Amino acid sequence: MIRFDAVTKQFPDGTTAVDELTLTAPTGKITVLVGPSGCGKTTSLRMVNRMLEPTSGSITLDGQDTGRMDQAELRRGMGYVIQHAGLFPHRTVLDNIGTVPRLLGWDKGRIKARSAELLERVGLAPELGGRYPAQLSGGQQQRVGVARALAADPPVMLMDEPFSAVDPVVRDQLQDEFLRLQDELGKTIVFVTHDIDEAIKLGDQVAVLRVGGRLAQVAEPAYLLAHPADDFVADFVGRDRGYRALGFQDAPHLPLRSEPTVTLGERPDRTDAGWLLVVSDDRHPLGWVEPARIGERPVGEADLHRGGTVAREHGSLRGALDAALSSPSRRGVVVDDSGVLCGTVLAAEVLTAIEHTERPERDESDPVHGGAAPLEEESA
Amino acid sequence: MSWLADNWETVLTLTWRSLYLAGIPLVIGFVVSVPLGWVANRWSFSYPAIITTTGLLYTIPSLALFVIMPIVLGTKILNPVNVIVALTVYTVALLVRTVADGLASVPDDIAQAATAMGYKGVRRLFGVELPLAAPVIAAGLRVAAVSNVSIVSVASLIGVSQLGDLLIDGYNRVIWAELLTGIVACVLLALAFDAFILLGTRVVTPWLRVEGARA
Repeated sequence: MIRFDAVTKQFPDGTTAVDELTLTAPTGKITVLVGPSGCGKTTSLRMVNRMLEPTSGSITLDGQDTGRMDQAELRRGMGYVIQHAGLFPHRTVLDNIGTVPRLLGWDKGRIKARSAELLERVGLAPELGGRYPAQLSGGQQQRVGVARALAADPPVMLMDEPFSAVDPVVRDQLQDEFLRLQDELGKTIVFVTHDIDEAIKLGDQVAVLRVGGRLAQVAEPAYLLAHPADDFVADFVGRDRGYRALGFQDAPHLPLRSEPTVTLGERPDRTDAGWLLVVSDDRHPLGWVEPARIGERPVGEADLHRGGTVAREHGSLRGALDAALSSPSRRGVVVDDSGVLCGTVLAAEVLTAIEHTERPERDESDPVHGGAAPLEEESA
Repeated sequence: MSWLADNWETVLTLTWRSLYLAGIPLVIGFVVSVPLGWVANRWSFSYPAIITTTGLLYTIPSLALFVIMPIVLGTKILNPVNVIVALTVYTVALLVRTVADGLASVPDDIAQAATAMGYKGVRRLFGVELPLAAPVIAAGLRVAAVSNVSIVSVASLIGVSQLGDLLIDGYNRVIWAELLTGIVACVLLALAFDAFILLGTRVVTPWLRVEGARA
């Protein structure tokens, strides 16, 4: 657990970068600091491993004042990932990953084994280990950056816009893998970004900071979307927050309809139906066809309309609604966890389900900290 | 060509002497410049003082420096140590700035990552900063090497023999072949130093030769 207690940082030129920040990053959770440029998010992050020292206030790590700990020791216990990865260009990928273990004086065999293990863990091929950073793509470099930060298995990870410099498709992929990795590792993570969508996707809790380094609100993503503390947060969170909040709500049992289907190469048995769902032999949905256009021919790949998204049976309400809205037949395709067709659902039915769900309750007593993540796992 | 055929052993001996009189100061000068350049880069207030002082050393005329050395060091006037120390001074004058600027050229994100991982002091210097500054420092070494080969010839005037002897003797006795041999030998020696430093840089900077590397 990392606790900021009334932390203020003023720079020698008189600007206040962080102003009386009080915030707790719970153990094993991802806490995202988000805000416009000049909100002090990076400054806050750098005070955690004491690359910057607070002007006043204190930061404690599991109850210990970091200001009293040895700097280098503190840093080696905190993985650090930055925007352009900051890899050492003169070291091979494996040597980059082994940096902190080397500083900690591990023996060579152990460093080598650990580096190779992490290379695989972040999804890179073993033959990349001998390359130099300049030979990797931006996304690959960022993976190496994450592997390097994880090398000595630090309990804490500090991440400063780690995925901002890669293109959107790769970013999405890196985010997904990061979440999968965090599921396995359960690190205490402080993550800085200017991108609210990234914050909401990755954060167990999101702290919104305003220019001048004041905390505007800290809350779990669903709470933040449902109850922005003020206009600033509401603006920053963005327009379609009602829709996005559905992403955090598990779909209850939706009334699924059974859907007539056809497989590729088959002739549709009726040509009067509007849209017909095409499935593979193992009943994975492939797309929609219009029998009226095909006539008597067998259904071919080229006939498929692939515009519709597919929702998972126990996925989010957002997924279910989007499947219905994006489907050319207006019937949203729902599959089970292995991707096999379960049935379809109509937008109106999803909306009815939405009307019956509860929004996170607003904590009137503390608009700023009211929706923060609980410090301990609630016992199930 | 008959002059060279008759005197090639002398030429080889003199070349060898030029080589170590110019080469040893290059090595010592580099070793001295690294801590000085590191200090100048580490504490920015010391930069102007260190760079200006060492830079000024280069403006001392070489003949004067050769003559002063025995007084400063208490050595005999013919002792080659005088020449080695004087050329070390010139090497330091040229290299301190290059080392300081080379260390400063380490990209910010890399310096930051090094700090965040707990790199500091000597380990940071040798593990991260010097390797990355190598191309810049190598450029400074090449200038210093050529400068040393050229200045060392002046040492003939104080009786420390090396290739400069051929220039002075050839000029005084109007032996064109000797004069020309001296000039060509100096140029070849300077080129040899240059090639050696280039090769050495290639060996210690393999990462700069991969596709997509930024210098």
